[in-house]
Amino acid sequence: MSFSYPILPGGHLLAIEGLEPPHISALLELAESYALLNKSGKTQRDLLKGRTLINLFFEDSTRTRTSFELAGKRLGADVINMSVSQSSVNKGETLIDTASTLNAMHCDLLVVRHAQSGAPALLSQKVSASVINAGDGTHEHPTQALLDALTIRRRKGRLEGLTVAICGDVLHSRVARSNIHLLSAMNARVRIVGPPTLIPAEAARLGVEVFHDMRAGLEGADVVMMLRLQKERMVGGLVPSSREFFRFYGLDAEKLAWAKPDAIVMHPGPMNRGIEIDSAIADDPERSVIGEQVEMGVAVRMAVLDVLARELRRNG
Amino acid sequence: MVEPLIDRRAAPLFIHNARLLDPASGLDAPGAVLVQGGVITACGPGLTAPEGAETLDAGGACLAPGLVDMRVATGEPGHEYRETIASLALAASAGGITTICALPNTTPVLDDPAVLQFVLRRGEATGRISLLPYGAATKHCDGKEVAEYGLLKEAGAIAFSDGTKAIGNARTMRLALSYAKAFGSFVVQHPEEPALAAGGAATEGELATRLGLPGIPPAAEAMLVRRDIALARITGGHVHFAHVSTGEALAEIRAAKAEGLRVTCDTAPPYFDLNETAIGDWRTYAKLSPPLRPEADRLAVVAALADGTIDAIASDHQPHDADDKRLPFAQAEAGGTGLATLLGITLARVHGRDLTLLAALALLTSRPAALLGLDCGVLKPGAPADLVLFHLERGWQVKAGSLPGKAQNSPFDGRALEGKVLGTWKAGRRVFGA
Repeated sequence: MSFSYPILPGGHLLAIEGLEPPHISALLELAESYALLNKSGKTQRDLLKGRTLINLFFEDSTRTRTSFELAGKRLGADVINMSVSQSSVNKGETLIDTASTLNAMHCDLLVVRHAQSGAPALLSQKVSASVINAGDGTHEHPTQALLDALTIRRRKGRLEGLTVAICGDVLHSRVARSNIHLLSAMNARVRIVGPPTLIPAEAARLGVEVFHDMRAGLEGADVVMMLRLQKERMVGGLVPSSREFFRFYGLDAEKLAWAKPDAIVMHPGPMNRGIEIDSAIADDPERSVIGEQVEMGVAVRMAVLDVLARELRRNG
Repeated sequence: MVEPLIDRRAAPLFIHNARLLDPASGLDAPGAVLVQGGVITACGPGLTAPEGAETLDAGGACLAPGLVDMRVATGEPGHEYRETIASLALAASAGGITTICALPNTTPVLDDPAVLQFVLRRGEATGRISLLPYGAATKHCDGKEVAEYGLLKEAGAIAFSDGTKAIGNARTMRLALSYAKAFGSFVVQHPEEPALAAGGAATEGELATRLGLPGIPPAAEAMLVRRDIALARITGGHVHFAHVSTGEALAEIRAAKAEGLRVTCDTAPPYFDLNETAIGDWRTYAKLSPPLRPEADRLAVVAALADGTIDAIASDHQPHDADDKRLPFAQAEAGGTGLATLLGITLARVHGRDLTLLAALALLTSRPAALLGLDCGVLKPGAPADLVLFHLERGWQVKAGSLPGKAQNSPFDGRALEGKVLGTWKAGRRVFGA
């Protein structure tokens, strides 16, 4: 597959917001081809040969880091994992110090996860590498939205015209924000469902419909996307208890019945079983596509690395 | 305060061919000013230079009282890497500012007469400005116990404030307003309901939601303003609200003034020149406290400047070094420099026809001076010879990195301005301009 124009202008993937529908489609097409390649067991080990990919994780993550590691290795990159513990941040090493260290290592592709919104954007101004945002604070998690879109497309054949209900802690969710931007750009109808304390201010201005009642929010939905409720939200008083949350917003068979009969269930992981999702639903092979999301994650990340590597070649 | 700065051996200074602007009297006429012994001895049209005077042809430029900036944070003591009082004074002179009120939340805080006097002395030593510190409104500026207003006032405190921190406890604020009356003083509040604002980095709304930044609802300002107005009513005390930034809070203040309560307020240039879109692309130089607001609030601030609800424009200068700002947005320090741009940004509202030149200058000179009980801020015989000479139209561009003084964190980086300071005099001594 070849592209006559840059798919990721600027040479970074920092956010979904701002990407045009043709760019998103092109990324999904490429990811689809990687999904097929991965299934066939073939690899393409020369594409990123001689390139260095650094996974720079300021927040713990097994799933996303492993997924990027596998994607990089399948394309032949030298992959290094750097976990920056809170302790060294507390010692006073700043993001800028980290950036100069990375520049000295001649890193080509930098995958960043950080607890602060905007941290990958800040790094992108200071490093020579192409930066991929692997989740920043409550801002965005672009590759998650891409893998979700790919999963939906494979199951439903399209994105346009589908009704997608994103449920739970939208306020703190970077996954929700990236999905809202991507799905709206591709003309899906996006709903967000949750208690008012977990819905961000002026959310409707992002082009979504807001529901506080699961029945209304799930009615007629093609896709039900559950979000992780972090335990510390309970401490912050945004939700009184996990049992109350599960009763009114946790996805179980009864609530899922309000969606379309063929609605699929998604979750970015890791799941809090019995808080936002019932195990019986999470593990139901008929409805849950959670396993496929993980599989598509590798394909999507290979596509993103591929596109950014083309940019690297374009710019020498 | 001016006394130690006066050079009595200096020859009389005669500035002529100037456009004299005295907002207090409404004077706007060509003329000259004569300065002797640190004070203005004559002022008006048709003056001639006395024998032996040093003369200066102003070339028709505007000559006004030196600016009185009632809200400035200094890095000294405690954060000298951000800015020292000497570098602050340098920036003030370049901005035409001759009197500065310094916030008390330094390290240590100004809740002790000895520390307050240290700041006063450091200000005097610059020879450039009157540096008038606020005393802490509460001990340690922690909002719990009212500080020693009597002793602090004797030591030179201009009024009382917890600076960049809100006095959140209603009982403490009531006592502060009440007790300050005993010393004829007032309390300056950072009007932001602290529990509602905790952890916030931007104004709550669509932009903060898109950026994934914790938001502060704009109502957090009006809420504390409303409470403190009620406390002013109970106590008969004088409350002054700093850097008011929302239409909702300004409406409350307007009503309280109409009621005859002792309520005053200021705003800062970012709140009538910028709106929240300035933080797009994670521009931490535009991260301020309170945060920049939607355009409707900016327009409300402009309207309140024009109708007199706002008593003063203060720079709300908050010096930070690059490392305080080169951080992810929510972690970066809030606040911007404002001394060098105070006049230029204010004049932009004159060029934009929102304010007359005299009304704009009144907000920078006579009105804050009157509020603070100072004899400066006026152009008349007997007043201190604190003067600023500026060209009303001459253009320049704000460039962070080449601003006067140490701190460079201007939220106006890149802004083109019309109106340039040509010269500044403190007590008759030239402190800026060739």
